[in-house]
Amino acid sequence: MVSQLTVSERQFALVILGLLAMCGLAMAAGGRGDPMGAQGFVVLIYAVGFAFVVMAGLYAPEPDDSRLSRYYDDPTKVGIVLTMIWAVIGMGFGVWVASLLAWPNLTFDAAWASFGRLRPVHTSGVIFGFGGNALIATSFHVLQRTSRARLADQFSPWFVLIGYNLFCVVAASGYLLGVTQSKEYAEPEWYADIWLVIVWVVYFLLYIRTLMRRQEPHIYVANWYYMAFILVVAVLHIVNNLAMPVSLSHAKSYSLFSGVQDAMTQWWYGHNAVAFFLTAGFLGMMYYYMPKRAGRPIFSYRLSIISFWGITFLYMWAGSHHLHYTALPHWVQTLGMTFSVMLLVPSWASAGNALATLNGAWHKVRDDATLRFMMVAAVFYGLSTFEGSFMAIRPVNSLSHYTDWTVGHVHAGALGWVAMITFGSIYALVPWMWKRQAMYSPKLVEVHFWLALAGTIVYVFAMWNSGIIQGLMWRTYNDGGTLAYSFIDSLVAMHPYYIARAFGGLLFLAGAIVGSINVWMTIRASRLEAAAGADADLPARPAGAVVAGE
Amino acid sequence: MEIAHETLVALSKSWGLFYLVGFSLCVIVYACWPGNRQAFQRAKTSILDEDDTPRGPQA
Repeated sequence: MVSQLTVSERQFALVILGLLAMCGLAMAAGGRGDPMGAQGFVVLIYAVGFAFVVMAGLYAPEPDDSRLSRYYDDPTKVGIVLTMIWAVIGMGFGVWVASLLAWPNLTFDAAWASFGRLRPVHTSGVIFGFGGNALIATSFHVLQRTSRARLADQFSPWFVLIGYNLFCVVAASGYLLGVTQSKEYAEPEWYADIWLVIVWVVYFLLYIRTLMRRQEPHIYVANWYYMAFILVVAVLHIVNNLAMPVSLSHAKSYSLFSGVQDAMTQWWYGHNAVAFFLTAGFLGMMYYYMPKRAGRPIFSYRLSIISFWGITFLYMWAGSHHLHYTALPHWVQTLGMTFSVMLLVPSWASAGNALATLNGAWHKVRDDATLRFMMVAAVFYGLSTFEGSFMAIRPVNSLSHYTDWTVGHVHAGALGWVAMITFGSIYALVPWMWKRQAMYSPKLVEVHFWLALAGTIVYVFAMWNSGIIQGLMWRTYNDGGTLAYSFIDSLVAMHPYYIARAFGGLLFLAGAIVGSINVWMTIRASRLEAAAGADADLPARPAGAVVAGE
Repeated sequence: MEIAHETLVALSKSWGLFYLVGFSLCVIVYACWPGNRQAFQRAKTSILDEDDTPRGPQA
C-alpha cells in the first residue's frame, strides 16, 4: 500500500502525521485533569501508529507510472476491511446495550459501561464507523468507474479514510470517558467536529476534482447521490455543531443555540443525517451495484433523476416531525409532517425503480444471495419510508413518539435497508477488488443473508409490539379519569420484547461476523495466490512492485 | 433585524409554495427533455461495460 505512494507523497504523509501527533500532544498536555487529556493521547497514539506504517515503507522504490493507467483501489480495499471491523464493533455494542435494557445489571457498576455511554458507541459505531466507511470505500470505487477516470491524487483518499476513522475512534473513546455534547448522532465534542470538517472538505474536493477529470459526458446518477451525501452532511454538521468551547484545553462546549431553536436545529440535522447519510449515500450505492450485479441497466433513468431531486428537496424540511407536540410552533410541525408525507413519492419511486430493475433477473435473485441482499434492501427501503411518512403524521406520532416503535422504525431502515445494501455491495465489490471469481464461500454469504434477514425481522417485530403496547398503556385511562398503568407497569410489559430484541440483534451480529470471516478469507486466498505466483519460474521483481490486482 | 413569526409563515405559504412547484417543474422538464434521452440511455448502459481501466488522457 505505502509502496504505491510516491516518495514525496510518503514524506507529505509523515509531515501531516507529525502535525497531528503534535496536536495530540498539545491536547494531552493542555487537557490534564480533563477528558481532553485522554483524547489527546488517543490522537497521539493514532498518529504515531500510522507514522510507523508509513516509515516502514518510506524507502521502497518509487512506483512506476503504469499505475496511472489503472484505477486507484487501495483506499477502497482498506475501507472495506474497516467497514467490516466497525460492523462487528458497532453491532457488538448494539447487542450489549440491548442486553442492558433487558438485564440492567450488565453495567457492572462501572461508569464507562453505563447505558448512556455505551449507546452512542453503538449508534456512532454503526452509522459513522460501519456506514461511513462503507460510503467512503464504495464512493471511491463508483466515482472512478462511472467517470472512467483515476482518483485525482493518491494522498487525499488516504487522508479522508484515515482521518475519518480518527474521528470515529476519538468519538467512541470519548463517549466511554463521558464526553458528549448531548445531541443525538452529533455527540462528539468541538475538537472532533472541527477535525471532521477538515476531513470532509478534502473529501468533497477530491470528489469534485475527480469528476472534473471524467471521460464520460454525463455524470451518472449514483454520483449525484454521493455528492448530495458529502455536501449536505458538511452543511448539517457545521451548523448543528456551532458551539463555544469552555476553553481550548477543555472537552466541554456550549451550543450556540438554545431552547426550541436548539431542538429544531438538532432535528433538522438529525433527520437529514438519516436522509443524506443513511439514504442518499446508500441510494448511490444501490444505483451502481444493483444494476451491475443484476447485469441489467436501471429500469428508468429519468425516474432516478426525478426521485433524486424529490429526495434532496423534500427531506430538508422534514426534520420538525421529530418535535410534534412540543414548544415548536404548530405550523413548523405541520410543515415537517406535510413534507414527510410527500417524501413517500420519491422514496417509493426509488424503491420501485430498484425492484423494476430486477424484473427479468428474478432467477438471479433466487440463486445469488448477494443480489438478494440488495433486493431485500430495496423492499425494506420501501417499507421503512412508508412507515416513516406514516409516523410523521401528528396523531400517529402521538401514539408512536417516545416508544420503541421509533426504535423499530430506525432499525427497519438501518438493518433492513442500510446494512443489507452495504453487505450486498461489499459481496459484489470484494471479488472485483481482489481479482477473484467469487467470494471465498458463497455458502457463507447465504448463511449471512438468512441470519441478517431473521435478525431484522425478529428485531423489528419485537419493537413494533413493544412500542405499540407501550404507547397504548401510556394513554389508557380508567373510569376515574386517571392513567390506568404506571410507567413501571409498561416497563414490565416491555421485558420479553427486550429479550427478543437482543436476540434479533445477536443474529444480525452473527451474520456480520460470518461476513467478516468470508471477506477476510477471500482476501487471504488472493494473497496466497499472489504468493504462489511469486514462486513461479519468472525473473525477479523489485520488492514492492505491483502485484496483479493490487 | 428581528424576523417575526408571521413573516416566516407568510413567506413559506406564498413564495415557498411557488418555489416548490417551480423547482419540481424544472426537474421534470429536465428529466423528460427529449434531447437528454440519448445521454441518459448511454449513462445507464455504460456502467455495465466490463472494461475496468480508466480512459483517455491521465495526468
